[in-house]
Amino acid sequence: MSHEHHHHHHDDDVQEHREHGAPLSEVELRVRALESLLVDKGLVDPAALDALIDTYETKVGPRNGARIVARAWVDPVFKQRLLDDGTAAVAEHGFVGRQSEKLVVVENTAQVHNMVVCTLCSCYPWAVLGLPPVWYKSAPYRARAVIDPRGVLSELGVAVPGEREVRVWDSTAEIRYLVLPERPAGTEGLTEEQLAALVTRDAMIGVATVAAPAGGRR
Amino acid sequence: MNGAHDLGGMHGFGPVEIEPDEPVFHHEWERRAFALSLAAGFLGKWNIDQGRFAREQMPPAEYLATTYYEHWLFGLQKLLNDLGLVSHGELAARRTNPASPAAPVTGARRLVAGDVEKALRTSRTSKADEDVPPRHKVGDRVVTGNIHPPGHTRLPRYARGKRGVVALDHGVWVFPDTAGNGLGRKPQHCYSVRFEARELWGAAAGTRDAVYIDLWDDHLEPA
Repeated sequence: MSHEHHHHHHDDDVQEHREHGAPLSEVELRVRALESLLVDKGLVDPAALDALIDTYETKVGPRNGARIVARAWVDPVFKQRLLDDGTAAVAEHGFVGRQSEKLVVVENTAQVHNMVVCTLCSCYPWAVLGLPPVWYKSAPYRARAVIDPRGVLSELGVAVPGEREVRVWDSTAEIRYLVLPERPAGTEGLTEEQLAALVTRDAMIGVATVAAPAGGRR
Repeated sequence: MNGAHDLGGMHGFGPVEIEPDEPVFHHEWERRAFALSLAAGFLGKWNIDQGRFAREQMPPAEYLATTYYEHWLFGLQKLLNDLGLVSHGELAARRTNPASPAAPVTGARRLVAGDVEKALRTSRTSKADEDVPPRHKVGDRVVTGNIHPPGHTRLPRYARGKRGVVALDHGVWVFPDTAGNGLGRKPQHCYSVRFEARELWGAAAGTRDAVYIDLWDDHLEPA
């Protein structure tokens, strides 16, 4: 290190921090500039931005869908309503709104395995699952789900027997799809709430199965 | 358009990698880009299909090298610029100067915080109220058009000129292939159409697999 650098040691640290810290990334600068312009022009209310973020970060998420699935597992009448008209059955729980104008629920059984993709963008049932995870929005899944569903499922640890039909739902319209996973064996004694805790986001997309709780039957 | 967004059936992207305990957002800028896109959408200056078309117009090499919210940002910047709301020049100036001039916009109806919950709950983008008779019914054999429009379409490349069977009738919806190109709503029936994997991918595909794709009357002819 040169004498000069040594002399400005502290400044160098600050400079280095700025260069490597996320706040000065190109995209962050662009978003900040765009937000400040939209606010200045009266096109966007900063408090509305915070409310939108809070809604999808803390209020809407896969726990919504899990409650629907658990209810369907314990209530055959509700399950039939859900399969007949997913939009109305889910609205009974208050789960309505953007990216879920019409919801179709497809049931995984011993005969059929359903999985959901959006090859063209990343359409996803926000009202019941929240915002999609990165893998769902990324090229590998969008490219492969339709041409090699069994390969994708196998890599993700889902073994679909050869005789079981695989149905891939490509969400190309405003209709959104939710998979009703199979209820795992050995969960007969669980409450609806306990069942809901077992249901994962990925099982409701159709790329995972629901496992019985460790320790098995209670 | 035959853009990089139309990914179905491509090879070479590698495995699907699921991040355990993934956060909703990975960076603060993603939160803001998400919310800005939604809030700007509520201005009512463009429809959801025009929003998608704007993202699709990101140059293919750039699309594949960037993330989801970068696609959103590209689309948002393009729409704001093309509609005269925020020009690319204004944005460039604001990046280096926080006090750069912002050309006024009149008559905009912005989404305020108090209306967010209601707006999300009641927002309808594409369901149509018009009573339009269906041209196909469940069980009908259909074939998709072999179309390659330079504009917006929701008929993916891998399903063009393919034969399928109508599985569900979803009722009447706005037609994205016109609405996304600024050519009107053209409400018509939308269906889930079942395509056998072998029809789409040839003899190497599984005999027990099928893909269901949501398509509109204008995509389909009797087969």
